[in-house]
Amino acid sequence: MKFKRIFYSNGFISLLASIVSICFGLLLGFILLFCFNAPFALSGFKALITAGFRSSDKFAKVLYQAAPLVMTGLSVAFAFKTGLFNIGATGQYTVGAAFALIGAIEFQLPWYVCLVLAMIGGAIWGVFPGLFKALFNVHEVITSIMFNWIGLFAVNLTIVNLSQMLAKHWGFAQMDRTAPLSTANPSAILPKLGLDTLLQSNYMNIGIFIAIIIAIIMYIVLNKTVFGYELKACGYNRNASEYAGISAKRNIILSMVISGALAGVGGGLYYLAGTGQYSLAKTLVAMGFNGIPVALLASSDPIGTVFSALFISYIQVGGDAMQPEFVREIIDIIISEIIYLSAFSLLMRNILGKWIRPKEAFADDDTPVAAIEAPPGNLESIESEVSDQ
Amino acid sequence: MKVLADILSATILFSVPLLLVALGGMFSERSGIINIALEGIMIIGALIACLTLRMLNLNTNIGETAPQLGVLIAIVVAAASGAVFSLLLAFASVSLKADQTIGGTALNMMAPAVAIALTWAVQGQGQTNIIIPTWARITQETFGIVEKDTFIQNFLFKSFYLTTPVAVLLFIAAVIILYRTRFGLRLRACGEHPQAADSVGINVYRMRYSGVTISGILAGIGGLAYTVAAGSTFQSSVAGYGFLALAVMIFGNWKPWNILGASLFFALFKIIGSYSSSLPFLPSFDNLNQSEYLYLMVPYVVTMIVLILTSKKSRAPKSEGIPYDKGRR
Repeated sequence: MKFKRIFYSNGFISLLASIVSICFGLLLGFILLFCFNAPFALSGFKALITAGFRSSDKFAKVLYQAAPLVMTGLSVAFAFKTGLFNIGATGQYTVGAAFALIGAIEFQLPWYVCLVLAMIGGAIWGVFPGLFKALFNVHEVITSIMFNWIGLFAVNLTIVNLSQMLAKHWGFAQMDRTAPLSTANPSAILPKLGLDTLLQSNYMNIGIFIAIIIAIIMYIVLNKTVFGYELKACGYNRNASEYAGISAKRNIILSMVISGALAGVGGGLYYLAGTGQYSLAKTLVAMGFNGIPVALLASSDPIGTVFSALFISYIQVGGDAMQPEFVREIIDIIISEIIYLSAFSLLMRNILGKWIRPKEAFADDDTPVAAIEAPPGNLESIESEVSDQ
Repeated sequence: MKVLADILSATILFSVPLLLVALGGMFSERSGIINIALEGIMIIGALIACLTLRMLNLNTNIGETAPQLGVLIAIVVAAASGAVFSLLLAFASVSLKADQTIGGTALNMMAPAVAIALTWAVQGQGQTNIIIPTWARITQETFGIVEKDTFIQNFLFKSFYLTTPVAVLLFIAAVIILYRTRFGLRLRACGEHPQAADSVGINVYRMRYSGVTISGILAGIGGLAYTVAAGSTFQSSVAGYGFLALAVMIFGNWKPWNILGASLFFALFKIIGSYSSSLPFLPSFDNLNQSEYLYLMVPYVVTMIVLILTSKKSRAPKSEGIPYDKGRR
């Protein structure tokens, strides 16, 4: 009976819906490979599927890329739970990264302080969308998009105007990027605890474990605390939760601040690994946007986010291995296809639910399949706000 | 004075894609579908149109005989491909009642990847730029005018493409369709109260499909308009203009005339930002390195302030974002 409960549970059906989406996405990916370069389709697909496990170095790279992805995924997922769409994870990620790097290079602080700084930076950038939504009823998607660009340019401006930040201050030739941490401040690099020798890769550090711990904390906050309950209540129905005495405004702001802090830590984890240097570009970083598919694939579940981030990172490493026969962007097509399919997850879950659960199962199960909710319809809340005024 | 002509001319050039795409977003949202995929639709429209221009340039001599006919063909192609791509959004959000934001996000991710993959497939490995033929621009020669360097001629011909007059025509058409036709009234009804619209015999699903398709047409053309404005190549990106157009639409309060004003306003600040070094009356912040970043921020900050100031009057279509379900009351 206990096994049946798990088998019929909502979580299991969500998981199955994601897996079905992934399978369809990969199938389409294979067809695409075939269309673009038929003779190499099979070997390319094999590279895509197996590259992440082929060597310990590649596996380390999967974990290295997954750490910031878990964080940006958590950021988007957390906001989804409160009915907000945080498309601003990119900006929060960038500001968090900048705070961490400024702490590390300009002020020569150790890594854990830098990580806290990253969190603060992301949180500051998350305040604006939440605050403007709560106080002025400006839609968070627009505020986030604007603040992505403002954040990017503000970070670039700050970095070029600090004396020690750029690589050229430390005697390197590059003009357009920050100094490598190995020269500027080795104590700011995330500890490796011998994992790098174990996996024989310079990419390996404790970042992924920090991300997993934070994911577990977020799971507890959302599912086991009053605060998390209030956040979710606001996501499902803002008016009803107001009526029940929950301050929706406070929760919207707090949710965005936490969401921003999570993305900020993601930026910190990526750049404090010591392998990447922040380069001054005029385009937004893709890592923040990749948090959206991670969160969607996980149905906004914090624990699921870890696995979906690992999956996305895994096939991205696979995509690199497909070169030069194929463009690595084929991976993005596959990921977006998976997201597109997961957009009608509700429909798919209903079909799967009907298929899995025999009719009598409804009798001893307390939630009918139709009541399973997708991530709360984030943009629906506009409607209620307009009528508020 | 010459700088002023340049600025005005560039402002109009860059307001065209914003205007077209924001109008597209307006049609979609007025029918009740949030179209966050505008960015992706722009990329697809621009991609197919640029590939068409490239093909015309290589295989025909249209560049010498009738260059503007070639551009017109590209515009039609951009509109058609944008419409087809937007059907993916319509299918997910109208027929399957999926979450509109998620479907749109998927399309936004898909478009640049498809663009890069296709560009490679057509042009060969590593060739990520599609070069737009130089004959696409309308110059003084096109009209047989003697080339002069006056204010008016600088203003008119510094950066003039067929997309600009087309945008003017489309704007007029949009105003008429939205406010003066039965179709427009029905479309707006579906965005406000689809149940009521359905009760008087309007097919809500068909209206929403139309709304999204119109947005696809306009965004596709907008993508081409952005690409010709931004430079001589298409690089699988429209630099966030789809999202900016979304902001322009909200700033313009989902109304065509306000959107026109908003897109001009935004483009002006954007151009001032990029011309900041050549404008003597702007402070130059000598004690800062690379103060250009400060000016690049300006349009976003200004939009934010304006959105906050006008937020009290902002009024979104009441039913946008909610899938229409006949069985629900």
